[in-house]
Amino acid sequence: MNIDKKIADDLVANDISFVTTVPCKQLAGVIEEVDQRDDIFHIPSNKEDEGMGLCAGAWMGGKRPAIIMQNTAIGVTINTLATLTQFYRMPLPMLISYRGELREPVACQVEMAVHTKALLAQLNIPTYHFHKQSDVEEFDNILKYTFMCNKPVAILTDANFWGGYGDQ
Amino acid sequence: MIRSEILREIAPILRDQLVVCNIGIPSQELHAIDDQPSNFYMLGTMGLASSIGLGLALAQPKTVIVIDGDGSVLTNLGTLPTIGNNAPNNYILMIIDNGSYGSTGDQPTYTGMKTDLAGMARAAGSDNVVEVQDVDTGKALQEAIDAGKPTVMVVKCDSGNAKMPVITMDPVIIRDRFMKAVAS
Ligand SMILES: Cc1ncc(C[n+]2csc(CCOP(=O)(O)OP(=O)(O)O)c2C)c(N)n1
Ligand SMILES: [Mg+2]
Repeated sequence: MNIDKKIADDLVANDISFVTTVPCKQLAGVIEEVDQRDDIFHIPSNKEDEGMGLCAGAWMGGKRPAIIMQNTAIGVTINTLATLTQFYRMPLPMLISYRGELREPVACQVEMAVHTKALLAQLNIPTYHFHKQSDVEEFDNILKYTFMCNKPVAILTDANFWGGYGDQ
Repeated sequence: MIRSEILREIAPILRDQLVVCNIGIPSQELHAIDDQPSNFYMLGTMGLASSIGLGLALAQPKTVIVIDGDGSVLTNLGTLPTIGNNAPNNYILMIIDNGSYGSTGDQPTYTGMKTDLAGMARAAGSDNVVEVQDVDTGKALQEAIDAGKPTVMVVKCDSGNAKMPVITMDPVIIRDRFMKAVAS
């Protein structure tokens, strides 16, 4: 299975046509896949809170958005998640690379990894953790759930899910 | 002129447009002067008005006017390259540049010193950047709407706030009536 393609297919099948991204090495393949899809407008953002603002506007304009980012960005976006996405009750699927988990080569990444789930839990954000490739089968249902409940929803995807890192 | 005097003057132009309004006193002033369902008031999240407006303009064809502030643009400077490279023809970013953080007591920002937001917007890729003096705002805004091109306006005005009540409307109501205005 090509998980990058499967994720992009599920986005399109759920009518998600506006995707913003800030790269992570783990996410390079899925970002490239999203960029190539005609059914998705891909707009890179410079910071993840900016990206969440773009998504809020796109949703109010009638498009279903998503953000693709690294888990370190939870540290960047807490205010936005609380005072924009949650306060105005907006849906936002967040596909998040979960750096600093098993098979991580960069020690600094562990420093935010240990806070990631605690911060998401503190924010009452529904959180899913993809560890095995087959976990991607839940992605479609998670997207449906997100637009059912109008909440930000986190999908943490660790190194094992992506099949390791190569050199980084 | 101070921001509230500008808003009062351009209210008849804003009334028929989708407006995304900056956090704090700017939203309180617009709400008090001319509340409309087509106004999206930001109650928090300093800095993201320009981004919300950009997402909205990209998602649908109606003109979107963002009323932003110098302090808020400075805190989300990454927005300028995103606007410079992606803004569609229905996007107008109007930065009320009073050289201060008005809502929090008029503390000076760097735009009242050496920093030039219009120059930064141009350097970030925006082709239509207009610098406007407060008294000319209405004329310049109407021209930007009529031009149908992505525009960044930097409106130079005095620092100061009108005393207006806090917005107590529920955020979901603000958002819901705004979405209905967008879709209508
Ligand atoms: C993260 C964050 N820091 C600080 C504030 C406090 N704050 C609210 S509005 C504001 C000033 C905004 O200034 P500007 O965008 O220039 O608007 P003005 O009121 O001057 O029109 C500040 C500092 C905040 N809401 N959020
Ligand atoms: Mg200001």
